[in-house]
Amino acid sequence: MNKPLAPSAPLDMPRERAAGVRDIMPVMVAAAPIGLLFGALCAGKGLSPAEACLMSVLVFAGGAQFAALELWTWPVPVATLVFSTLLINARHILMGASLAPKMRSFSLGQKLAGFYFLTDESWALAERRAKEQPLTPAYWFAVAGLLPLSWVGSTVAGAILGSFLGDPSRIGADFAFTALFIGLVAGFWNGRVSAAAIGASAAASAAIYLAFGPPWHVAAGALSGIAAAYVAAPAGTNAAEAA
Amino acid sequence: MSIDPTTLAAILAMAAVTYLTRIAGIFLVGRLALSGRAKAAFDAIPPAVLVSVIAPTALATGWPETLAAFAAAAVATRLPLLATMAVGVASVVLLRMLAG
Repeated sequence: MNKPLAPSAPLDMPRERAAGVRDIMPVMVAAAPIGLLFGALCAGKGLSPAEACLMSVLVFAGGAQFAALELWTWPVPVATLVFSTLLINARHILMGASLAPKMRSFSLGQKLAGFYFLTDESWALAERRAKEQPLTPAYWFAVAGLLPLSWVGSTVAGAILGSFLGDPSRIGADFAFTALFIGLVAGFWNGRVSAAAIGASAAASAAIYLAFGPPWHVAAGALSGIAAAYVAAPAGTNAAEAA
Repeated sequence: MSIDPTTLAAILAMAAVTYLTRIAGIFLVGRLALSGRAKAAFDAIPPAVLVSVIAPTALATGWPETLAAFAAAAVATRLPLLATMAVGVASVVLLRMLAG
């Protein structure tokens, strides 16, 4: 007869891996249509399926990739793309700082390799699991490592199908970015402070765009929004809780 | 299926800064405890950047785009991402037809 496992018993890998697969499955399903859209919009911007695939493999950060595509012109504005990517992905720094101390059974190499796959979704799942039990490499690599299959696969499919779709504005697909970003912004909504940030960013970005043209509207809008959030937040509160 | 050298350079640079943001937290543990206004400002970075990227399309293109953006924003906190996109795209197609 098997004795029930004590809470401190070594956790077995297959069970950890299965839990990771179970947790990430719905996210993989949700990511596929977004990846298809990303691939199709890449084709609309003149990127080849190989280039779209490379971006999804190497950058693997949806928000930053969509922003880069929206800013994409020929010749390619490399500095603008890198700046936008850095700003959008800066949140990873806080996410990593919050998650890393919970990865006690990971070697430094496993952390460095594992964080290549850090996304909002895998981070949220791992934080949730860490509240109940120790985080294992088997769980993390299943949760975080499987998501690229869905993202990259759907990117390539979208890039190949997208080149047959023709002019995207005919079916309103050129507006899909804008609508997608509005949906993504809603995920960061936290009331008054985010309202101030969103309003200031929108006003400053549109004004600078009309006055000076791209790419300065991104930096001006982002800095205005960040300043507005700083001003709108109550001074002296101690919300030390990691993001 | 070609890869343009400048495109490749842009993708590699984007990948490098993204990876740096992903691993930076490992080395900042215990040294990065933002609170109060600094935390609020840091939390505001992603929405501020996303809004700044789309503001020209949403606010400085034409009234169909502006109205469609508000329609998408109106449902964005209640509907899933793809449904929000569907509302925005369908609105812009209809409003552009009305605008002629």
